[in-house]
This record gives sequence, C-alpha cells and structure tokens, in this order.
Amino acid sequence: MNEQIQGDSIVSGSAKGTILFSDEPLSFWGGYDQNTGEIIDRRHPLSGQIAAERVLALPFSRGSSTGTAVLLEAIRADKAPVAILTTGIDTFFALASIVAAEMYGKPIPIIALSTSDFIRLRNGGQAEIYPNGAITIHQANS
Amino acid sequence: ERLVRLGAKVIIPTTLNVSGVDEKHWRDWPVPPDWAEKAIRQMAAYKSMGTVPTWTCAPYQTEYRPKFGQQIAWGESNAIAFANSVIGARTERYPDLLDICAAITGRAPAAGLHLTENRAGQILLKLQNVPEEMQNDASFYPVLGNLMGKLAGNKNPVIQGMNTTPSEDQLKALGAAGASSGAVALFHIVGLTPEAPTLEAAFQGNQPQKTYSITKNELLASWEKLTTADGEELDMVVLGCPHFSMEEFKQLDSLIQGRRCHPEVQFLITSSRNMVALAKQSGLIEQLRQFGAKISLDTCILTTPMLPNSTKRLMTNSAKYAYYAPGLLNTQVVFGTLTDCVESAICGKATRNEYL
Repeated sequence: MNEQIQGDSIVSGSAKGTILFSDEPLSFWGGYDQNTGEIIDRRHPLSGQIAAERVLALPFSRGSSTGTAVLLEAIRADKAPVAILTTGIDTFFALASIVAAEMYGKPIPIIALSTSDFIRLRNGGQAEIYPNGAITIHQANS
Repeated sequence: ERLVRLGAKVIIPTTLNVSGVDEKHWRDWPVPPDWAEKAIRQMAAYKSMGTVPTWTCAPYQTEYRPKFGQQIAWGESNAIAFANSVIGARTERYPDLLDICAAITGRAPAAGLHLTENRAGQILLKLQNVPEEMQNDASFYPVLGNLMGKLAGNKNPVIQGMNTTPSEDQLKALGAAGASSGAVALFHIVGLTPEAPTLEAAFQGNQPQKTYSITKNELLASWEKLTTADGEELDMVVLGCPHFSMEEFKQLDSLIQGRRCHPEVQFLITSSRNMVALAKQSGLIEQLRQFGAKISLDTCILTTPMLPNSTKRLMTNSAKYAYYAPGLLNTQVVFGTLTDCVESAICGKATRNEYL
C-alpha cells in the first residue's frame, strides 16, 4: 500500500530510503556518531540503530548546539541519513544541510511535517522524497 | 578557515565557547596529536576574526555577561537557557555556524525568543508536596532540570511551587540539564526569574498548553535515570559542566581541607583559563593540587577526546555530563552531589547519600 504525505521542503531535494522513526527528539552531538551513523544516545529509543542512508524521522533536535556540526560532518563522511523529517521547522538540521550544500555540494532534504502527518511514519516502510516536499511511503505486507 | 580566507571579522562583541583542546595540558592526556593540531587551528581561526577568547561554556560568568533585555545570539545550549531564563537577555537557540554568522553580520532574525510574545510560558510544571529537604538537596536542581527537559521538549516550561532560593550555579545546573534532556531554551520560575514575577506574567496571560504535577516520585525517577552504573567501582570524578565557577571552587575547597584523593581515582575539574587564574589568585588552586586534582582548561571531557580507554566509570554532579558521557565516551556514570563526589574520590569507590 502506498501513502502520500505533503510536507514543507525546508531544504529541497530527492531521496529514497527505509524510514527510521522515533517520537523522541535527539541531540546529534552526543547522540549520533558521525563516523558510523550510529545513534549513540544510550537513553534514546533508537540507541544502537544505524541511521546512515535511512530516512530519519524525529520530532525535533534537542540538546547541544553542536548537533549541526556533527550532522555536517556526517554528511561529508557519507554517514548521514539520506533525509530528515521533523514536526515543524528544525533550524539545526536545516543549517547543517545548507552548509553541506555550500561546502561539499551535497545537501540532504529536510522536510517539516504536521504532527498528524509525522505520526503516519511510525510504521516505517520505504519513503521516497521529492523536491516539492511530497513523500510517498511504501509499506510491504499491508 | 574558509570564513577567515574570505576576510570575515566580527562586528559585535563575540565571546567564544569551549575550544577543542587544552592548549597547555593536552599532552598530559592521550589526546591524538592530529586532533590537537586541528583544534588549535580552529582556535586560531576564531581568534583572527576578532573574537574574545573566553573559551568557556559559561560566558555568563565572565565580564561579558549580557544584561536584561539585551538582544544576543548565542550557541551553547546551557548558555542559551541561562541567558534567556536567569538574566532575561534574548537569544534564539542558535546552532553552531549560525552564531558566527550573526557575529560577522551583527544581525539576528527578528524571530523566536528575540520577540516578547514567543517568550511566554507554554507548559506548567507544578511542584506538589516535594519535601523541603529534597528541595534543599544539592541534586535537586540538576534532577529537576533533567525532568524539565523531558517534559518540556522544545516548549517554554514554567516551574511553580519552589520553596527554596537557588544560587546562580544551581540555576546553571537546572538549565544545563533541561537543555540536554530536552531543547529548553527558556524556562521561568514563578517569583524568581526576571520575566516571571507571577504565574500570569510567566504565561503572558495565556493558559498553559499542558500542566504536569511533579512529586517526590517523579524526581526520584529522574535522579535514578541520571546514573547508568551499578556497583561502586570508580575511575574518575569529573566536575565543571558547565565550567566550574569561583563559587564552586570555593565550595569544593571547603570539602577537601587537608584531605587526599584516592591514588586510583582521577579527580578532574574543567573550567576556563580565566576562571582558573582568578581561583589561583584567591588561593584556591594550591590546595586542589595537594588533594590530587587535575584541572583542564578551556575545554571538557566531552569536547576533547582526552580520557584513557581504561576510564570506564565516571562520577559527576553534572546532569549534563551524566547525560552525554555514556554515549559519547562509552563510559558508565554515577550521578551524585558535590559532597558525594569528593567523599567517593577519597575512599576510592562511588558512594552516595541516597536522594531522600
């Protein structure tokens, strides 16, 4: 079954990947290993999961201001999520992607969703993201 | 360095957060030399743009402390919370890289917490039947902050029902904790912080979006979550997150009089070069050295990879250290009061006075 969601494209781009979802916010600094793409916040429900090359859905970023630098470095090292989907606009993620475009020529899409649309990602599946902020979710076995 | 090559200079007073290395003492620790070299390059780049080399995560405890109502643009989560909440200066929660752009342009967007209407409280945390002795415990503020961050997320929390008058360092601990477990950039305490003389003022006449009762049980659960280690093994006590202040040096001084740290436990304090120089002038450093303490300048254990691999069990009075160390440093952590930390360092094992 396919589902369509329309988000706001904060940093525009195309991406495809498996959804990794949590309704708990994350600090990238202290919570994300930029060399491996592992979520290392040991108090976070996604602790131990690899978010690299996946579509990461988090409500917003919490914690350290240096989260931006960690995401930027992960993008440079190809260990970042292929896209990040949030509820509302998250300036920390957006800035990392904007600077990645400027410095490395490779931004990742950052999409803001309404809370009700964000919750629809909780069952995972494959997501395809379009430059206009549209998202198609493919779920196997449903 | 790219900004420097482009000729960038800051045009407003600009303090600097912690650096990536203690320039003077990094060789005393297993810091990779290429890390140190890059960190020193980064320091040089920041300095050449005309910034003030404060190198601290507690810039509000320097001569550059902002004033009530002043528009500022700060990074560093704990400093943002302190400036907005305790001082009433106005900053949005700025990420790294945007802060230096604000310094170069002298501009910040007229949005977010720069604007009065966005500074209203949004959720209410009501302390209910929290025993006075618990509120007077040195762990109360970091423990409450840890819970506040969890409950508030990215909203502005208002705390009601506090019976004690916290010190500045206790408010610093509260904010640092809330900006780690959550995204708290502004909190109000009714009757205490400058924009919250009353409950109505804190909410600017609005109704709370949500109200939480906080009892002894929620605080105990928050306290327990800050510790990840079981047992008493202890490799290191680490203090100074955010950076240790003069008052904190004085408190520590009164606890270590004539005593010695256990030979198998490292005792580390992180602070800025300026604060340590002031503490030295006040005669507070010599006794610390005799106690067996080490001091690291301008950085901390989270921003410099400096701990030996053999350091597996940390103890701290900082909720922020306790929050980040397990993931960033792959260590276990015991959270205790300053007194617990000192007593544990002396006896060589992690012991705590139970939190009530």
